Amino acid sequence: MSLLTSLARLRALEEGIAQPIATVRHCHLAERPMVLIPLRMSGEAAAPLAALLGTRRDDPRLLVVTQPRNRDLRFAWAADLAAELLPYIGSFLAGTETVERKNSDPYERVLDAPQILVPNQAGIAFIRLLGRSTRFRRAHGPYPVPPTVPLLGRWLTYFGERATHPGSSLMTAVTEELGRHWASGQSGLEDANLAALTAWITTGPSDDAEDPLVWPPAGPATDPGFDAEVLAPAIEAGAAERITEALRGQLEPTWRLMWQAVDLLRELPEGASVEQRWEQDRGSFSAMAQHIAEGAPPQARRDGAVAAASRLARMERAQAAYEVQRAYDDPLVMAEYRLTGEAFAGEVVETEPEHSEGEGRSRKLRPLVVVKTDDPVRLAPGTALGTPQRRAQGAQLVEARDGLVTVKITKGMGRGKTPAPGSVPEVGERVCYTSLTDDFQGSPALPEAEATPWTHGGPPREYAPSDEDALEEWS
Amino acid sequence: MNRLDALRGTTPPKPHDARAIAALAANPGCARRALLDGAGIDKDATARHLGFPAPFGQSPFAITRGNAFEALVKADGCAELLRMLREVLELPVAEVAYHDVENVGAHLRHTHTRALIDRAARDEHDSGTIYDHPLLGLEIAGHTAYLEPDVVAFQLGGRFHIVEIKSFAVIDGQADPAAVAAAARQAAVYVLALRRMLRELGHDPLRVAHDVVLVCPENFANRPVATLVDVRRQLAVLERQLSRMTGLDRLVEGLPEELTFDLLPGEDGLPTRPAAELADALRRTTARYAPDCLSTCDLCFFCRDEARQEGACDLLGRQVRDELGGVASAEEALGLADGSRAPAEGQEEIARLLRTAERLRRECLA
Repeated sequence: MSLLTSLARLRALEEGIAQPIATVRHCHLAERPMVLIPLRMSGEAAAPLAALLGTRRDDPRLLVVTQPRNRDLRFAWAADLAAELLPYIGSFLAGTETVERKNSDPYERVLDAPQILVPNQAGIAFIRLLGRSTRFRRAHGPYPVPPTVPLLGRWLTYFGERATHPGSSLMTAVTEELGRHWASGQSGLEDANLAALTAWITTGPSDDAEDPLVWPPAGPATDPGFDAEVLAPAIEAGAAERITEALRGQLEPTWRLMWQAVDLLRELPEGASVEQRWEQDRGSFSAMAQHIAEGAPPQARRDGAVAAASRLARMERAQAAYEVQRAYDDPLVMAEYRLTGEAFAGEVVETEPEHSEGEGRSRKLRPLVVVKTDDPVRLAPGTALGTPQRRAQGAQLVEARDGLVTVKITKGMGRGKTPAPGSVPEVGERVCYTSLTDDFQGSPALPEAEATPWTHGGPPREYAPSDEDALEEWS
Repeated sequence: MNRLDALRGTTPPKPHDARAIAALAANPGCARRALLDGAGIDKDATARHLGFPAPFGQSPFAITRGNAFEALVKADGCAELLRMLREVLELPVAEVAYHDVENVGAHLRHTHTRALIDRAARDEHDSGTIYDHPLLGLEIAGHTAYLEPDVVAFQLGGRFHIVEIKSFAVIDGQADPAAVAAAARQAAVYVLALRRMLRELGHDPLRVAHDVVLVCPENFANRPVATLVDVRRQLAVLERQLSRMTGLDRLVEGLPEELTFDLLPGEDGLPTRPAAELADALRRTTARYAPDCLSTCDLCFFCRDEARQEGACDLLGRQVRDELGGVASAEEALGLADGSRAPAEGQEEIARLLRTAERLRRECLA
């Protein structure tokens, strides 16, 4: 969190309503997202209790394990969940486009991908565990389960892991996304409560949000009071109908909040780079579908050394790119860098569009632009700069003194003797330059998995599905 | 009468448990909590009486599962536990003696534990022993707190290990970091208590290992798995905290003579003290509210309400407070930001930043 966000939080506290910290939406929002609210049995690692899900707000589907200690019912629940999610996922596999790649074979990418929305981070963690507890099951042999269950497990694992990829929108926690766009007048810890955060954004803070009788928790944990007074007696009495209705009552308020959150996010215009990140999501999703179609084994329990290192590197690059893109897309995010002196904005007061360097054939256009700014510039001469106004251009800081910054445009000027119209900012134009650039970073050179050095445990053992995996208890 | 006892008044003292002692370390700067805990005041009852009941409870399902798991680990004289100890401590344990300290009356348990530990520490023979239901004592601000853990102390070759049984799952070698951290803090309290006991008995306190054995269910089944957890860091924090607790005298000195947090329980045990009066009394002590209190302190909603009325920056979390270093209230910070308030000495830098931030926000949202 930056000082800018802190200030917004203070303002929210004073005015009694959340304050915007973004001017555009930084996440993709699907036309028909799958809203999924899972509930877990208290005290168990990953025993499902219920889920409310669907792609239409007037048509939620409720799935309940009416006897949470019964293993068969648990797998039947997983099969029911698969019956809802797998067709949704599959519906995106039909339309594809062919993507050409440099130095590599072209591949097929889906035109659109699924998007699963869950209330909070804990919900995502629970979905990952659900994936872990179902993906190694088998349809044949001892303790067979419906064949859709292990397939569901692999998809849930995929979505759960992809949710940790910075900037991905395939599966997101709604509280996280709201918190990225609005600053409430409460702490980040309390922002994890969907009811409280939505109240701050829409009507102002409300103590009801923390009252489980008014707003039951958004899962996956249930309210201990509900467990003791409603659920436990109903389970004791074996009253399936009563359990189902009680859980519906716990989930429906959150269902309404989820769609309210979707509406809030949809009102914001989409940021310029969202499309590009969604394209990467589509590519990743296509690769996963391909994997499954080719009959690859379920994801390993833990990454091997090489896989872990490359995953980490991928996430670091995605994080860096995400931060840069958000700043370029959104002046309010860029303002954070202006505050720390890594960016500045202001009015162009002087230009020298035909300034050039070199002689003869090596003569190059290097236009100079002087910007008047009130921002505290903390950049050394020679620093490479980029600008949201002309993303293809590169520039260099020449001098910064007394609120006047001279910038030299060094990249993207073409070969002409005079600059193309519009390529150099005019006097009077408002511009922003920053040292933040989304330079392409190559992936680190890592050995093949088979060549993992002994310092890192040597080559990982190939995963071979075993009966033991399929027989793993789920109690 | 002891001033601390006077603060508690006629309300019976609430014994500390390891969880409460561990939580002390979570917010060292809170004088209110230090005083209430030092005086053995029932914070939960106090909060409920004030109309700010604590937001935590435990589900009956979680309690049942926790008990069932503990019973499983301890079944047949801790047979399952012994198997895991052999593995995790890599000890050639042939057989061990099993002492259930609970077999003696409750009032004797602490003395009995002491005697057993003393004997084991003197024992020349290298025989292993598991002590179930030991009762350890730890002095907190002049009062002895008795810790009654679901913990087993295991002794072999003169080394003692604390065993902590928890029912959160370890899945593919990973567990919820917050749960592990809480368990480590709690186990550190037992390590410290056992070390102090050894020292009092004239033995080397370091014979209690700083590696505690954490026993949890593995993956999705009920099968227990043991892991060694190093609690040196938690021990250091705890010791520093407890040594600060002795400074309670100074905190008490600053309070009015007649101040008390007595709930004045009636014959039925229900408080009769007017809630407003109790709230006023509590406000005479300084709290240091932080959002983290919401998961550790029974009084959190009361203190949060107080912070709201004061418009304190603490409400927004430690990060915001640290970023605004030296600016305590939201009103003050906003005043500095829009220039309606002149910075006090030492606030020039933060005021300049706040003014720039305010200008940038206005510009971007115009």
